[in-house]
Amino acid sequence: MKTCLVVDDSSVVRKIARRILEAMDFEIIEAEDGEKALEACKRGLPDAVLLDWNMPIMDGYEFLGNLRRMPGGERPKVVFCTTENGIDHIARALEAGANEYIMKPFDKDIVAAKFQEVGLIQLPSPASI
Amino acid sequence: MIPPDYEYLRKVLKDLSGLDLSADKQYLIESRLLPLARKTGLANIGELVQKMRGGSPSLINQVVEAMTTNETFFFRDKVPFDHFRETIMPEILRTRAGRKSIRIWCAAGSTGQEPYSIAMCLKEMGVALAGWRVDILATDLSQEVLEKSKSGIYSQFEVQRGLPIQLLVKYFKQMGELWQINADVRAMVQHRQLNLLHDFSHLGAFDVIFCRNVLIYFDQQTKINIFGRLAKAIEPDGFLVLGAAETVVGLTEAFKPFSDRRGLYRPSSTQNAPGRVWATGTAAPKLAAIAGM
Repeated sequence: MKTCLVVDDSSVVRKIARRILEAMDFEIIEAEDGEKALEACKRGLPDAVLLDWNMPIMDGYEFLGNLRRMPGGERPKVVFCTTENGIDHIARALEAGANEYIMKPFDKDIVAAKFQEVGLIQLPSPASI
Repeated sequence: MIPPDYEYLRKVLKDLSGLDLSADKQYLIESRLLPLARKTGLANIGELVQKMRGGSPSLINQVVEAMTTNETFFFRDKVPFDHFRETIMPEILRTRAGRKSIRIWCAAGSTGQEPYSIAMCLKEMGVALAGWRVDILATDLSQEVLEKSKSGIYSQFEVQRGLPIQLLVKYFKQMGELWQINADVRAMVQHRQLNLLHDFSHLGAFDVIFCRNVLIYFDQQTKINIFGRLAKAIEPDGFLVLGAAETVVGLTEAFKPFSDRRGLYRPSSTQNAPGRVWATGTAAPKLAAIAGM
């Protein structure tokens, strides 16, 4: 089973993300800020990270830089999931090594589409429209 | 909804758009037409039908549009676009190298996500297409969806369904909470209202035809008729792309499927019959190699 680290200071968002990702067969690890997320990654790298940008202790952008500098830290697929919806933020995130970017608000179809895009899941071919 | 109203709507839709509703699709009618009825100041489907029977061409047109417009998104189903990049375009680049032009038709272009996805694929090919003339024609029954397609403006939700973020950043401009595809990509796509039930021979011949997720609504005879006319609208060595739930099998001999590429077909008359081209072990050259990238 693949693991996904959900990093968001909102417990509500973490709960929604958990529900969506568990339905996609991910094992979920939660962290409420970048610092705790980094500690979790030191214990074991996840397959995927769903990452908020604005968090009180270490923001998502700083966390991503730290993750990518860790041994093996290039492997997890990182999908930002944030209200920072400006194109400048998106471009910065991509330069820092993000694989995909979700603009809040989001739903399960968007998460599934983005996770498929980075090769984390395979959506079945539609049998009908 | 009373049965005579349902039968009336079925007949109107069949005659005008080819939409072939089975006897049990009342829920579809209600979910699509009730909002239209309310918007028009009518209480229910019964009143809507009454007004249609009374003779209201614009309302009938709106009913047809509401029933035939379907959700779509960028790079929908992904696989057809893999076929386009990995199978269709490498061969087109080789076989059309002399004339350096390509004509593509999206026969159910809807709100533009499909033609613009194709346009972005072509943009991504960069130097491989330098100096080529590229024509993408998007047609649809509905003028309303064509207008949206022409504007190239999409909501935040729409640009997050299937569109890789790198392409969003590269080919779209942000307008508050909306996103507009860049003018140079919009300029690659021409729009035209077209009913597939009517003659389309005036459009000329195409190298590639995308006709996805529209034939599924037609009855067998209409499908056969359209396949026959599509066969005349495609170059002998062209490509036809159908939706995942659609096939030519059992309907026409004019097209043959690729055995290992779902949804991809080519005219039976082509010298490069699908079985022969790829069964010899000479894999299609990857586009990146052709482009020197």
